[in-house]
Amino acid sequence: MTDRAIGDTAGATYALGAALSFGAIVSLFLMARAVDPAMAFHGFLFFAFAVGGVFLLIRRHFNATANPERFAKEAAGYNDGIVRAGVIVSTFWGVVGFLVGLVIALQLAFPVLNFDLPWTNFGRLRPLHTSAVIFAFGGNILITTSFYVVQRTCRARLAGDLASWFVFWGYNLFIVIAATGYVLGVTQSREYAEPEWYADLWLTLVWVVYLLVFLATLYKRREPHVYVANWFYLAFIVTVAMLHIVNNLAVPVSWTGVKSYSLFSGVQDALTQWWYGHNAVGFFLTAGFLGIMYYFVPKRAERPVYSYRLSIVHFWTLIFLYIWVGPHHLYYTALPDWAQTLGMTFSVMLWMPSWGGMINGLMTLSGAWDKLRTDPVMRMLVVSVAFYGMSTFEGPVMAIKAVNSLSHYTDWTIGHVHSGVLGWVGFVSFGALYCLTPILWKRERLYSLNLVGVHFWVATIGILLYITAMWVSGILQGLMWRAYDSLGFLEYSFVETVEAMHPFYVIRALGGGLYVLGALIMAYNLWRTIRGDVRAETSEHERAPAALAQEGARA
Amino acid sequence: MGQAEIDDHSGTETTGHEWDGIKELNNPLPRWWLWTFYISIVWAIGYWIVMPAWPLISGYTTGVIGYSSRATVVERIEEARAAQSKFVQGIAAASLEEIRKDPELLDFALAGGRSAFSVNCSQCHGRGAAGSPGYANLNDDAWLWGGSLDAISRTIQYGIRSGHDETRFGDMPAFVTDETLTRAQAGDVTDYVLSLSGTAGDAGAVARGAEVFAENCVDCHQPGGTGNPELGAPNIADSIWLYGGERATVLESVAKGRAGNMPAWTGRLAPATIKQLAVYVHSLGGGQ
Repeated sequence: MTDRAIGDTAGATYALGAALSFGAIVSLFLMARAVDPAMAFHGFLFFAFAVGGVFLLIRRHFNATANPERFAKEAAGYNDGIVRAGVIVSTFWGVVGFLVGLVIALQLAFPVLNFDLPWTNFGRLRPLHTSAVIFAFGGNILITTSFYVVQRTCRARLAGDLASWFVFWGYNLFIVIAATGYVLGVTQSREYAEPEWYADLWLTLVWVVYLLVFLATLYKRREPHVYVANWFYLAFIVTVAMLHIVNNLAVPVSWTGVKSYSLFSGVQDALTQWWYGHNAVGFFLTAGFLGIMYYFVPKRAERPVYSYRLSIVHFWTLIFLYIWVGPHHLYYTALPDWAQTLGMTFSVMLWMPSWGGMINGLMTLSGAWDKLRTDPVMRMLVVSVAFYGMSTFEGPVMAIKAVNSLSHYTDWTIGHVHSGVLGWVGFVSFGALYCLTPILWKRERLYSLNLVGVHFWVATIGILLYITAMWVSGILQGLMWRAYDSLGFLEYSFVETVEAMHPFYVIRALGGGLYVLGALIMAYNLWRTIRGDVRAETSEHERAPAALAQEGARA
Repeated sequence: MGQAEIDDHSGTETTGHEWDGIKELNNPLPRWWLWTFYISIVWAIGYWIVMPAWPLISGYTTGVIGYSSRATVVERIEEARAAQSKFVQGIAAASLEEIRKDPELLDFALAGGRSAFSVNCSQCHGRGAAGSPGYANLNDDAWLWGGSLDAISRTIQYGIRSGHDETRFGDMPAFVTDETLTRAQAGDVTDYVLSLSGTAGDAGAVARGAEVFAENCVDCHQPGGTGNPELGAPNIADSIWLYGGERATVLESVAKGRAGNMPAWTGRLAPATIKQLAVYVHSLGGGQ
């Protein structure tokens, strides 16, 4: 058994080692022949990745041969090492992504903070923020939790040790290439798909391996059925692969340069982009995170999922309907009316399928509602589901053409997105990180539950400031843009509407600042938990009865 | 695989599945959820019947009311044009002076001018037309190129250094850069210019500067610095400054010259719009 474990790994080690060495040669070639400095730099990053990978492989091989007993023992249980790495990396990218968001929020309120430098201007930092939070933070959380959940709910070790580590490091290499590219001005100007062709090809490779790892783990499961969380994870992985490949079809200008041209043009280009863009919301930020919700909410509440039937019906209706709604980003444009109609009607039909997840999440709490009082982690998870419900109601409302004619291109859209991502995606991720850390590092509990409570309130107030400021500024903006005087002339110039936004941009930055603060509190709490510290504290709910008793005595 | 069991809390049966301790209740779909979903589907089907909805091999289902967003926008624009046409035609036919005297046309021209100004002019001249260094304040009665209706209209039509054949073209030489004056002479003439608007300077420098002024500047700026709107030479004795009245700024104007720009709007804006702009700018306070 021991020998066989090493033997299997040896084959994989040689294969991956050969692939990495080949990759190193290709990236050296990219570096040497690069037609622009950005490509030379990215060639260097690829090269460093390949060489680092080979080094890690050799070290791993010698460790395994030096201590085969231990290696075999590790290889027999769940692969938690990768989940631990994922927890740390996700937390790191979360803090970075939120911070960049705060910076660009401040730039909008105080343009002088652009510093008149190309690398720090809003145009480059904005994709850095969106990609850092969606793909670096969100993506790592999804990969991390999916690796954890699929093992636990299949009672099987993650398939392909090296393959899963390749997914982890490869994905993070993609993040670094994308992020450094933005700052250097490398972009194909497709929202949420800004990385250029070579980064896209690399991500495709990583993503296919991710799909294979996930499928192979499902295949060797020791449970008769596949748990609902895994359906959502699988839908997320498969659909994102399809969206990514189609939207990024492009022809590079040079094989050793960063620039490429899309295969699409005109309104087809716009629709392809928004078919991708909205399904990044649907399958990355919704389906994937519903996977997280379906595992961690019942697990933390220690209650059964409310309705199996609802989970089936809302899964398939969500998957079927979501893919149609992209055109709602292109109302009142050159997009044909029939496509606009389909986008709108499917968006409205999507309301209940989205809410199916909310109902299943919230109703799972029945019989455990008291945990909202006693467990701040549970509170975070439940409030995330509430925000999910709110933004998946707001979405269909905004997708109604009459409403959209007011809301489109305004800050209302930004507010809507952030109630979804800060409230739903952020909180469900924080909840998962708080659940996972003590388990993965075998700690009795988190360093401090009270700090989780502080994080919860600081972040919740931050979100409320953010979304209310954006509602007001968005609606104000929309009304100012369409205001005519009695003679039929526009009432306001564009710059007047920009001026009117200033106070709301300041409030938004304040809300964002609180959210960053909350994330820093979490990072501190997780770090102390990993170190093995336990803060001596009485929790909120333990204090409450004591205070009540005291008051009773005084009366 | 476990057996279906009854959940203690809710009394509902479970499905018998269990993963890592997670079970599922066998609850039916909530009725309100299902019915709301059905209603949204029925509504969608109704909408498809009424509106353009499904692509066909060539063309698409047009819907029973024959809606087209393109036709609607054309219609709306025509309606808006029709509502304004009486005034627009009146303005096109009338002279600037006639517009100013006809209360109805004047009202319309001021509203239209304000709107056109916000969209096209406020970027440089500011929302309230108060200008900023290098961009003229249009509220006061100091005019580089004249403040009559016709002069304003001409400036708007052809711009300044705009590249248009009829453009206005002011030419303030760079006296030090071109080595016409020494640095010291430029300093003297600066002191003289500042003295015209009452800023006391070194008497010797002012006297020397007066000579430099008489030799180099007086042709355009006129004796006493009162300026000449025919040449775009500003009055430099009225304490109103285009680039700023600090000594260093005035010295810079003398030393390096000035060459401001304004685009020609003829061809970009309709003639009636330019007329409205002229009347509007004329009304801001300094019209002559």
